[in-house]
Order: sequence, then C-alpha cells, then structure tokens
Amino acid sequence: MRADLDDAPLLAASNITKRFGDFVANDAISLEIRAGEKHALLGENGAGKSTLVKMIYGVLHPSEGQFKWNGAPVTIAKPAAARAMGIGMVFQHFSVFDALTVAENIALALPPDQTRGLPDRITQVSATYGLALDPARAVHTLSVGEKQRVEIIRCLLQAPKLLIMDEPTSVLTPQEAEDLFGTLNTLADEGCAVLYISHKLDEVKALCDRATILRRARVVATCTPAEESAQSMAEMMVGEKIARVDRRTNDVSGPVRLAVESLDLPAASDFGIALKGINLEVHGGEILGIAGIAGEGQSELMAALTGERRADRAEAITIDGTPTGYLGPTGRRTLGAAFVPEERNGHAAVSDMTLAENVVLTDQTASGSSPLGFIDFAAARQKTTAIRERFDVRSGSEHPVASALSGGNLQKFVVGREILRQPGVLVVSQPTWGVDAGAASVIRQALIDLAASGAAVVVISQDLDEIFSISDRIAVMQGGRLSPAENAADMTAEQVGLLMGGAKPGTDQAEAGTAA
Amino acid sequence: MIVLEPRPQPSRLFIVLSPVLAIGLMLVAGAILLAAMGHDAGAALYVYFFQPFDEFWQFLTKPDERAMWIYTPSEVLVKAIPLALIGAGLAICFRANVWNIGAAGQYTLGAIFSGFIALHAPEGPLWLWLPIYLAAGVLGGALWAAIPALMRTRFSANEILVSLMLTYVAALLLDWLVRGPFKDPAGFGFPESTDYTDAFLMPVLIQGTRLHLGLVFAVVIAIALWLMMARTLQGFRIRVIGTAPRAGAFAGFSEHRTIWFVLLLSGGLAGLAGAIEVSSTIQQLQPTISAEYGFVAIIVAFLGRLNPVGALFGALVLAVSYIGGENAQILLKLPKNVTGIFQGMLLFFLLACDTLIHYRIRWASRAREAA
Repeated sequence: MRADLDDAPLLAASNITKRFGDFVANDAISLEIRAGEKHALLGENGAGKSTLVKMIYGVLHPSEGQFKWNGAPVTIAKPAAARAMGIGMVFQHFSVFDALTVAENIALALPPDQTRGLPDRITQVSATYGLALDPARAVHTLSVGEKQRVEIIRCLLQAPKLLIMDEPTSVLTPQEAEDLFGTLNTLADEGCAVLYISHKLDEVKALCDRATILRRARVVATCTPAEESAQSMAEMMVGEKIARVDRRTNDVSGPVRLAVESLDLPAASDFGIALKGINLEVHGGEILGIAGIAGEGQSELMAALTGERRADRAEAITIDGTPTGYLGPTGRRTLGAAFVPEERNGHAAVSDMTLAENVVLTDQTASGSSPLGFIDFAAARQKTTAIRERFDVRSGSEHPVASALSGGNLQKFVVGREILRQPGVLVVSQPTWGVDAGAASVIRQALIDLAASGAAVVVISQDLDEIFSISDRIAVMQGGRLSPAENAADMTAEQVGLLMGGAKPGTDQAEAGTAA
Repeated sequence: MIVLEPRPQPSRLFIVLSPVLAIGLMLVAGAILLAAMGHDAGAALYVYFFQPFDEFWQFLTKPDERAMWIYTPSEVLVKAIPLALIGAGLAICFRANVWNIGAAGQYTLGAIFSGFIALHAPEGPLWLWLPIYLAAGVLGGALWAAIPALMRTRFSANEILVSLMLTYVAALLLDWLVRGPFKDPAGFGFPESTDYTDAFLMPVLIQGTRLHLGLVFAVVIAIALWLMMARTLQGFRIRVIGTAPRAGAFAGFSEHRTIWFVLLLSGGLAGLAGAIEVSSTIQQLQPTISAEYGFVAIIVAFLGRLNPVGALFGALVLAVSYIGGENAQILLKLPKNVTGIFQGMLLFFLLACDTLIHYRIRWASRAREAA
C-alpha cells in the first residue's frame, strides 16, 4: 500500500470530460505527471489545452472524471485550493499592476501572513533560480520577460510541486527563453513538475521529458519529444501532413508601395513609447519582417501605419505614392491598404458581433453606395463564407459571434478577411501569435502568396522563427527606433537578437546587455 | 467579500426574460411595502398594475362599450408618448456607452424653444406652424445636449455629471421665463404663459380623448431608429464604438463624432418630447411641465433592452404605472410618491437581474481570492 502511494504520479487525470452545453471541450482525457517531470501539453488552438489546465488550476470544474494528487482523489474547487495543494500557474497574459513595484505585485497574490520580509525572500528566490529581478522596481519599467519573472517568482514563493506554464516563451527573446529553460531545469531537478504548454515544437523537444498531444478534445498521443522530430509532433497535433511554408526567392525590384519617412510620434501615455525617426520602404512582391521584443514601439508603429494615430506630416507615410499621414484608417484602406492588429478581441474584431458584422468593420464599401448608408449584410455573409472556406475557419454554428471562435480560428478569420480584399499593402502584427502549427502555416503561406501577387507585406512579430521563415528583409524595433532593413539571407538569429537587446550594429556584445 | 464572476455563457432566454422577472419582483416587493404601510396589498396592486390592463381588455373585447372603456387606454398611450420618444433616444445613447442622464433638461429646453415660437409667432395655419414649432423643440433639446457633448469631447468631462446638473439649470431657466419674459400679462400674476393657440396644438387622433398625433411620431421614430441601429452604417458605428472603442478606431470610426451624434439625437428627441407634451396635455408653459419623464425614460430604455422599438413597450409599462398611481391616489388614498417608489424598484430589480444574468456571485474570504 505504502509502496503504491510512493509510486503514484504527482497528478493523474483519468477520463476528464468537460462540456459547455452541447460542446465537448475535453473528452475523456487521461494524463499523468510525475514529480520532477517536464511534461509538454501540445495541441491546436481549440484542442482543449486551456480547458484542461484551467480544471487542474481550479478555474473550471470537470463534468466527469477524476483528478488524483499523489494517488488520492481530489476535487480542486478553486485556484486558492490548487495553490494550497502546491499547484502554481503562469498565465499567457500577465496579471500585474504596472504602477506598483515588483514586491507590491507579489504581496498582492500572497496570503497576508506571508508578506513579512518579502523583498529579501524575492531576492533569495530570484538568485536561487537565476531570475534576476529587483523587488523595488516599478513594474512598468520592466521588460516583458521580467514581468513574466514576477509571475514565476509569485508562484515559486509558494513552493509549488507542479508549475503550469502557458506559452511562456511567446513573448521572450531567444536569450530570455534560454534563461527560462535554465530556471525550469533547476526546478525539475529539485522535484517540481512542470506542465509546459507551447506551440514551439523545437522548444518542447529541447526541454520536455514527455509530451501529451491533444486533438479535438481528445488525447491522440503520448510521446517522448527527444525521440520525435518537430515535424512528426506537428503532424500528430494537426492530424495531417502540414504544408511547409514555401520560402520564396522573389527579387525585390518591384515599385515602393509603402514608405515611411522620418516619422516621429510622441508617446500616447506615461507608459507608452515614442517613435523616433522611423524610415522604411516596402516594395511590391516583398515581405519586410519587423522583429523586436514586445513593447518596444511596435503597437505605436502599427497605430501610425493604420491611421489610428495621425502623423504630423502627410508625407511621413505614403501608400502607392499618395501621402497619407493625415488620413484615417478608412482613407488608407480606400488606397488599397489593409491591416491586422495584434489583439484579436476588441481591436481586430468585436467579440460579441457576428463574423459578418466583423467583415463590415474593415470593408464598409458595401454600404457606401446606399444613400442612407444601409449595410449589405447579405454580401457580408457571402464574404464571411468565402473567408471561412478559403482559410478553414471552424466553429460550431453557421453564423457565430467572434468570441465563439477559438483564438486560432479567429486569427485565421481576421487575416483571411484582409487578404481576400486583395490589398496592395498589408501590415500585420503577430500574425500567428497563440495559433497552432497548422493554422500558422496556412497564414504564413497566405502572406507569401499575397506578396507573390505583387503586394507589399509588413510582418511585425516577436517570433524570430516566423520572421526568418517568411521575410525577404528584416528590421528590428527597439526603444521606438527601427534599425535599417537588411536582407534576411545576410542576417543571423544572433544578430537580430542583439539588435532586439538594444545593441547598435557594430558595437560589441558587452554593451548590448546594459543598453536594454 | 462578494466577488462577481462573469458567467461563461449568459442565458439568452433570461436576457430576454429579465424585464418580466424584474416586473414580477417589483410586484412582490411592492406588495410587501404596501402591506407594511397597512394597506390591502392585493387590492392596491390590482388598482396599480392590473386594472389599467383590465380596462384595456374591456376596450378591446367589448366593441359596443368602447366609448365607456376608452379613457384608460388613451391616457396610458398619452403618457407613453413622451416616454417612448425620450427612451428611444436614450437607448441609442446608452448603446454607444454614452450616459446622457440629463434628458429632463433637454426636454425642458425643447419646451422653452418651441414655446418661444408659440408665444411670438404671428397667426397662421397649423400645417405651417406646427412643424416649425416641433423643429424648434428638437433644436432646443439638441443644443442643451451639445453642452455635455462639447465638454466630453474637448475636456474629457464626464457626461453623466454635466448632463445631470444641466437639468437643474434648465428647470430654473424655465421658472424664470414663466415668471418673466414668457408670463401671461393677463394672467393675474400667475407664473404661466398664455394658452397656446390652435396652430400650436397637436391634433387629437380620437375625439373625446387626449390621444394625439404624437403617437404616430413615437411609433415611426422608434421603427426608424431601430432600422438605423440594425441595418445602417451609422447604427453599426454606434454599436461598435459602444462595445469595442479600439475596434471602432481601427475601423476608422470617430469616437468623438459618435458621442456628438448620440447626444444630439437623444437631446433632440427629448426636446421633441417636451414640445409635444406641452402642445398636447399642458397647452401653455408653466414652472413644471412633467420634466421627470426625462428620468423615467432611463427605466424605459433599460426595460426595452436598449432597443428603440423595445422602448415603446417599456414606455407602455411605465405609463401604466403612472395611470395606476393616479387611480390608486383616487381610490385608495395612497400617496403619490408610491408611483416613484415602484418605478425606482423596477429599475433596481432590472439592473440586478441583468447583473446576475451576466455574472454569478461568489463569496470569497479575501479580495485576493479573485486574482
């Protein structure tokens, strides 16, 4: 009996089923995680990963099935109960208060009796696990990677036995990701289990001992990542051979379709970034990749390009030779530009409106012809159908609201919506953020095809693999400035990583760390 | 510590049923209140909320006795007209996430502007003067609503406070006017204007009642506004800006222009309601002209699910509570304020129902449990 208990996995899920009405999000999922194990949870968007980890963390509750913790059946009623058992979770979207310090943010998450001597304990934990962080710094001065450390330390202070990480590296530089892996390895060596959710198959291969792969709410495979290739894991995830993105060899001799010339834009708020002297030219037939860590001015650049914020000179931004600095989004769209902002919900799409209504959001021409401004919803529905067919946008109903779609399907929809308008200039931010491998390759291929048809495409992304796999030229955004674009073939990931960290081309590496 | 947690999928059925539920809860709470005051709760509630419907029913089912039963239905509709006009405008305003709480002031300014025409215009036919009179009402209400619009878009001043406080300014302005420039010289010093002449009175639809042409205005405007919200780019713009301002900016919609539009629209409709009400039931300017319709119409808008056509039904419910209140004063000697208490409870229960449909309550021992 005693031996059985010792042998029991730390966490065992058996036949966990979760239903939302008629929709089955998790279908009889079984999973075992052992102490000290780094266990990957892989799956497409909408496969049920988030639902499963939310049940483990007590946010949701299973409709059927049983969790066992160290061999004993448990009901995890709420996150506090999960934390008391020794389960910690670092969410994909951080919940930190920008105006407070690191220590204050962490104190907010702890029971009041555990806040004594907190700064010292933070320093101690951060030294033990290689998570450099000053407890007295205000959170808005931190980089995204450092904010993530705040969340990790918050968990570690409660000495977790299982740490759940939801897509932790999606916002990190390659160097920061390496540091994070070091931390996770230290933790695992001490016996803490890690449940690691990611779409980056190479990372899973490098880091994780075992992987459970979900597809359409079911477990389809359990494997040892070291023995698989990224391609084979991706195929298990998607259930079919995924199309490799065609790297083109197009020349870049087309006309300049989008030009930005000495664009300055003051910061919109205390926590915003000012754009300083941005210059770029994008030719027809070309994809320009803009790399950078989150929060270095990409969203400000996006707002300036869409026209959500106007430039102070008309000539600062030209589309096909027409100065557009003073034009709003509609005027720029009329000139043949299209945009896909980073945030799907509430920016690229309105969550509680139907897909057809969301088509109207960026395509108001249908209504322009009617004197009273009547919207042709029948046409919008036809366009929705075309987008859904071309980009395989899946949902439970025929005319769903945007929020009923999973993240990956909504992303395919908003990218597809712009591409089917056949724009001359497309600016897209984080095109495959939080999107599964199958959808990501569809989206990247569509961007490449669009460029091949003569459009100028700008891809702003934090994902270096993505930047390198589709860009003809690469520029890096750092501190509100944009480095000169270089041919992708001439650049290495290390060079880009250094530029992302704030190094000037030609300066040595030692300076790079402090400049950030 | 109470924590409100969003429900993953609010029940669509209950979103629709919420007004019915709120009315039911209001009746229960009202019965308890009336019983506590020592009245026969059953009889009082019958007079308040069922007798008007009963009389409506008699009117519909007894063609021979229509003349006898027409009073209550026609009076309910007369009360519902201004409520529906203001409520439809507010519904749209609230959909844009713009909180115009000052419809009472805009209503008053509508009455003042149109009153200026009625009191100063030379004699002329109704077909000439009534449209001008009504247009002046719209203008007055819209101008009064332009103040919060300007303050909000230029100085980021909260439109709730600005529009609300302007209602007191409007009431004092009207009070001063009827005691000064607009006072009837032959009125024995009473603070009243002269009676409006026939060219400024809303034509009556059914002889023997006070039911007037305003009913047609209310219905046509409600349907037109519903069409605007559901089918046109302007309505789409309002809905997007109201729910997702960033998506609105991305679509190229101007938030400022939308704020101006909905405030001018709701102010204009409140002004129209003021002009119509004075030219139908009051027929002269007085210090008080039922401007509280501007506040009651907030309940109408919510009861109508922020839908202009829904506001028509909301207006009927609130109008019944007014007529029932009048009956209760006469028959049961209940104080007039009971009507206001019922209306307040209705809004309270409605907002509570809506909140509980979209959120569930969790009891947590500490605030940080929610994190």
